[in-house]
Amino acid sequence: MIPAAFEYYRPKDMTGVLSLLGEHGDNARVIAGGHSLIPMMKLRMADVPHLIDLQGVGGLDDIELSANSIRIGAMVTQHDIIDHNGLASAAPILREAALQIADPQVRYMGTVGGNVANGDPGNDMPGLMQCLDATFTVVGLDGERDIPARQFYEAAYMTAREDEEVLTSITMPIPAGGYAYEKQKRKIGDYATAAAAVLLTKEGNTCKSASIAMTNLSDIPVYSEEAGAALVGSSLDDTAIKAAVTAVLGDIDPSEDNRGPVAFKKHLAGVILRRAIERAWSRA
Amino acid sequence: MKDEVESREDRVAGLKGMGCSRKRVEDARFTQGKGNYVDDLKLDGMLFGDFVRSPYAHARIVNIDTEAALRVPGVLAVLTAKDLEPLGLHWMPTLAGDKQMVLADGKVLFQGQEVAYVVAQDRYAAADGIEAVEVDYEGLPVLVNPFEALKSDVVLREDLLAEDGSIPDGAHGPRKHHNHIFTWEAGDKDPTLEVIDNADVVAEETMYYHRTHPCPLETCGCVASMDKVNGKLTLWGTFQAPHAIRTVVSLISGIEEHNIRVISPDIGGGFGNKVGAYPGYVCSVVASIVTGKPVKWIEDRMDNLMTTAFARDYHMTGRIAATKEGKITGVHCSVTADHGGFDACADPTKFPAGFMNICTGSYDIPTAYLEVDGVYTNKAPGGVSYRCSFRVTEAVYFIERMIEVLAIKLNMDAAELRRINFIKKEQFPYQAALGWEYDSGDYHTAWDKALKAVDYDGLRAEQAQRVEDFKAGKTRKLMGIGLTFFTEIVGAGPVKNCDILGLGMFDSCEIRIHPTGSAIARLGTISQGQGHATTFAQILASEIGLPADSITIEEGDTDTAPYGLGTYGSRSTPVAGAATAMAGRKIRAKAQMIAAYLLEVHDDDVEFDVDRFAVKGAPEKFKTMNEIAFAAYNQAIPGIEPGLEAVSYYDPPNMTYPFGAYVCVMDIDVDTGVPVIRRFYALDDCGTRINPMIIEGQVHGGLTEALAVALGQEIAYDDMGNVKTGTLMDFFLPTAWEVPNYETDHTVTPSPHHPIGAKGVGESPHVGGVPCFSNAVQDAFRPFGNTHTNMPHDHWRIWKTANELGLHG
Amino acid sequence: MSKKQHYKITVNGKEEEFLAEPRELLIHTLRERLKITGPHIGCETSHCGACTVTVNGKSVKSCTVFVAQADGTEITTIEGIGSPDALHPLQEAFKEHHGLQCGFCTPGMIIRASKLLEEIPNPSEEEIRFGMAGNICRCTGYQNIVKSIQAAAAEMNSAKEAAE
Repeated sequence: MIPAAFEYYRPKDMTGVLSLLGEHGDNARVIAGGHSLIPMMKLRMADVPHLIDLQGVGGLDDIELSANSIRIGAMVTQHDIIDHNGLASAAPILREAALQIADPQVRYMGTVGGNVANGDPGNDMPGLMQCLDATFTVVGLDGERDIPARQFYEAAYMTAREDEEVLTSITMPIPAGGYAYEKQKRKIGDYATAAAAVLLTKEGNTCKSASIAMTNLSDIPVYSEEAGAALVGSSLDDTAIKAAVTAVLGDIDPSEDNRGPVAFKKHLAGVILRRAIERAWSRA
Repeated sequence: MKDEVESREDRVAGLKGMGCSRKRVEDARFTQGKGNYVDDLKLDGMLFGDFVRSPYAHARIVNIDTEAALRVPGVLAVLTAKDLEPLGLHWMPTLAGDKQMVLADGKVLFQGQEVAYVVAQDRYAAADGIEAVEVDYEGLPVLVNPFEALKSDVVLREDLLAEDGSIPDGAHGPRKHHNHIFTWEAGDKDPTLEVIDNADVVAEETMYYHRTHPCPLETCGCVASMDKVNGKLTLWGTFQAPHAIRTVVSLISGIEEHNIRVISPDIGGGFGNKVGAYPGYVCSVVASIVTGKPVKWIEDRMDNLMTTAFARDYHMTGRIAATKEGKITGVHCSVTADHGGFDACADPTKFPAGFMNICTGSYDIPTAYLEVDGVYTNKAPGGVSYRCSFRVTEAVYFIERMIEVLAIKLNMDAAELRRINFIKKEQFPYQAALGWEYDSGDYHTAWDKALKAVDYDGLRAEQAQRVEDFKAGKTRKLMGIGLTFFTEIVGAGPVKNCDILGLGMFDSCEIRIHPTGSAIARLGTISQGQGHATTFAQILASEIGLPADSITIEEGDTDTAPYGLGTYGSRSTPVAGAATAMAGRKIRAKAQMIAAYLLEVHDDDVEFDVDRFAVKGAPEKFKTMNEIAFAAYNQAIPGIEPGLEAVSYYDPPNMTYPFGAYVCVMDIDVDTGVPVIRRFYALDDCGTRINPMIIEGQVHGGLTEALAVALGQEIAYDDMGNVKTGTLMDFFLPTAWEVPNYETDHTVTPSPHHPIGAKGVGESPHVGGVPCFSNAVQDAFRPFGNTHTNMPHDHWRIWKTANELGLHG
Repeated sequence: MSKKQHYKITVNGKEEEFLAEPRELLIHTLRERLKITGPHIGCETSHCGACTVTVNGKSVKSCTVFVAQADGTEITTIEGIGSPDALHPLQEAFKEHHGLQCGFCTPGMIIRASKLLEEIPNPSEEEIRFGMAGNICRCTGYQNIVKSIQAAAAEMNSAKEAAE
């Protein structure tokens, strides 16, 4: 219940953050909303001798909508996402997903940046961002670089971000067409037993584009190129959906845990994906 | 000045006595953040203690190095078994006649077991100190399956072996194996087995009532404060039985009881978790004696789930015999009970399997036989009765499942099978085959009312159509109708057969009326949310004619409250409620004499009417209870002592037997395993109803805990004895989103032996709820071949049932 | 142990200044340091919500915030709403509709409900259950909590209308 002692810093700008990260290396971590990191520290499963609070750094909690893209600052909370009317119109899948994360109190504090940067396979935003083909901007002492979400995740808690870099914003094209974030969980506050993010566009009665990503079914989020391809050009008939499910089952690698055995998770992944596809299609 | 023409109806209403939905007096402090829970207590110089706990389920302790811990700033002491041994406190007796380690003595027997106790200035220093204690363990083979434990050469309890390696008797008789604890039997073995062997129809089933945990929102804790100047120990704590704790602490510490004051302040939920004594209490007492300062211990949620008393863990096999027409002729129940590393089960001493012998349920069964074998494993010690009377959840689950299994075997409707086997109203008091005498019941009326309320026939018709639709591929959702008709056995209990560590399970009430017409009553029970301060005042208001709003109810301070056995097993209303009524009647009897004196008539010439005594035949001549109260302090009445007070210690002649009829309608998505509760109807008969609002609240709460247990809440272990569900991430506590609205209903069949006819209700909804939710799931799959599936019915297990029945095409 | 820092927070309208380790959890600052014992501790994994308070207008689980993060903020706990002579409508409603039993979840429940009613002044039952899903109760089964919040909302809305 009680974390180990640490030094706490609240720098006024990113330069301050980066210099502290440089100075202390992997003995330092940034904290955004803290609702992933603090529970780990309380259980003494994460040891953080130097804690750098990002809340003093300006410019990290803006939501910017332009004609073609959306930019969300890393410190934007799930609550901010849900409340933002512009986002609700431009990318309603974000709101739909955010509402299924944790509970109201955690959503007031939990940030999008924290949710995507942590590398926790249970988090919902990583898969969603891959579906949206988002790009993460990280900043280090050497400057800024952009990393596509689809290339960001390497293993559980291991991402393409270096220890001394900080994720500052997430940019994505404005999604078109139908959307769905379908998540099954045991109760509110739980991670997904299986979740699917789906974006589809329709031309006439044919699927023009499809983007599919799955959550908590591997040690990283799974963007399934093949599953999307299976839908494109089809009328989303049963054959096409079955092909998408088959593709996803080939891409995921779920483990057994308290939510259930592998066979269940695989079956459920297919069911959840199908429902997400059908819902997205109905909105396309 | 009361309006003299106030109607009788108004006078009754003004008392807020029995039967009205009086609002709770407790709410004022709780809604304003002014509750007084153990962790709220802050005393000068108070220290904080916490445990180093074993990560291993079975291991020898090779060495404990406390040096580094003692150097952590703020750490004052680190206690180990070696420090407690000279005081004889490294082990303590359990409520089940066993003993358990307070601190690991040579070995550990379950994950999370207490190894060392760090005493520090505050909880932060204690936490740092715990990290710095170095313990060397040597792993031992782990036994998590009781059936394997009964065959294994691995000895869990070396302390229970004789020097020559033989196995002496345990507290409950001979032990068959070094990991065996007791065998307990009830009923008639040979006649029952013969009936079953010769029966037309026998249904047999094996079922596991999984291990779970009461998980009250407030964890266990205490503050121990030894006053060395006066030689007095004060112990505040989360105690559902404060007097019993005082006696136990006295026996194990050697401090005389008059020098021990135990106080249960506000308790944030008990549900059985807070009945027994835990190492944290003992270590805090020792630490306070050693340091001369108050010492607080408050456990974390993980400590609570992993190490305090679990519930259930009963492997049950049943055989139920019946005629072809469905009349049950006999039942055989055999149980393997997993008690973990120590048998710390909270049961009356003569009942190592609690009241499991209520497992013939609501049915008229001529012969039955029950056998229970208790077993040690490398799991947390216990268990306790989680929101039930002792083992009654297990007993009722058993019989309500066996009845369903029998219905399947007979190809009969399960509601009808119940009806033809119910004990009939005229059979009460009913002598059940396994020993209990049920006090009263009208099962047929309740059942008919329930089935009518839910349009049972309509539901079955709808279900039949749904099965057709499913087979035709029109839907992927099955419909289940869960039925339960339970009989509880609560209100432990008659002193002649119910005691906790030798303390008879009576209870008590002591009343003192003040000169200006208000009163204080103290009881031997202790509320953990049941609203005693509100409801016991209602009992008294009706008995003695003073308004409930003028009666303070106090519990929990052993210096002032009369001795009682506390609150669990729904015993407060049956036992302390009876004591309250009896004490009230003693008050009334004296008040009658005072009134007669004041009215200058003979004692027999006045009669009690709501809030006054009036002269018979001349009702305009009366004295109110207010006037009588003052007179008790003001008048010199020949032959009558001044003052107006009374005490009653009530030894109940029997338990009470509340009952209920529950129906649950569930829709199950076979592809995802997700059940949706469409409707839950609960009819409860708890006899006389003291406060309908509170009864309804108890039913909502008990049903919700039942939903949790039936649909996912479990304490699960892996093969190495690691707890898989040790935090609220995996230990299922439903939120407002997962819980439906419940419909509550009632019938009233008073208890003939209880002074106010009340039976108690707090735990009935949990006892009846679990099998009802479970039966709904099972019933959904019955048309496809399911006879029994174990709980919990979480998503993956429901899915697995569907999968194994071939429903995934 | 690390060096103590100087922090300033405003709790229920009162400014508090003190030295504390940065790792001190806000729930402990409130309960241990400031003797504000309304918010409770029910778990250590941020699930139960018994520790819920309002921080700078947000519903927050104070067990998952370091006092260092809360430096400079305004915090409201159960002790900060209503008074014994003028209870908040939620406090009245919880009593009227039996929305509590053991009382342990109640401070967090009421404080969260007060924020919910700011977010959604006239919530449906579904919105109440969803909006209160961060607060666990073991006693009531939630049904009467929902009723209490509905009653308080009705009272607060009619009082608002009367004032307008």
